[in-house]
Amino acid sequence: MDEVFVVILGLLGGLLGGLLGVGGGVVFVPALSIFLGESQVEAEATSLLAIVPVALVATWRQRRYGNVRLREGLIIGALSPLGVLVGVVVANNISERALELAFAALALLIAARLVKRGLRRPEPDPVPERP
Amino acid sequence: MRRTLQLAAIGTAAGAFSGLFGVGGGTIIVPLLITWLAYGEREATGTSMAAIIVIAALAVAMQATYGNVDVANAALVGVPAVFGAIAGTALQQRIPERAISLLFAAIMVALAAELIIP
Repeated sequence: MDEVFVVILGLLGGLLGGLLGVGGGVVFVPALSIFLGESQVEAEATSLLAIVPVALVATWRQRRYGNVRLREGLIIGALSPLGVLVGVVVANNISERALELAFAALALLIAARLVKRGLRRPEPDPVPERP
Repeated sequence: MRRTLQLAAIGTAAGAFSGLFGVGGGTIIVPLLITWLAYGEREATGTSMAAIIVIAALAVAMQATYGNVDVANAALVGVPAVFGAIAGTALQQRIPERAISLLFAAIMVALAAELIIP
């Protein structure tokens, strides 16, 4: 019975991932730990493996729709391991609380810009010229 | 050159924030592509997915050496997820792009609240 919930959550995580351009780990990790008894570390690792085919298929579909700048995406992906190292160095030199607050401030700044963009007026239809 | 540096900064930020706060790369990449590099919303999500292929593949290779990956469980959640992703990308083509910006704004506010509240 637990497997049925995992399949349903997998479907939902993939749907959310495809819709938002995220891997779906936010749904996969709790599904794996709650219903299949994986530890947090195991659930995160297993979730990463599940994300690989999701990202491959979503990229293939989005490319068909003309929404992928492949070269730029690959540059971003290739640099992420460097970011993990930077994160470790930063975490060892700055207090965790300061980091949390700085990231929260950045998230709110980005949210404000996204709202401004999301609420902008759509381009008006061009007014037909009078003959 | 400037653009390559911006892309590099986004990749580094995605890696750093996921390591520090446990958020997925896409949660960082999509809003940064939209607000900093003026990507269209659909383009940002599609390009984020291409980045995630690399991020997840590298990370899972690391995790596999520690023996933390359960292939059968990954298939149980991942195979239905592939069908979900096909449906999700199709659905995304039918909603206004601005809805994606507003959804991510809500996600950013929730993330900030989670970080601020001790």
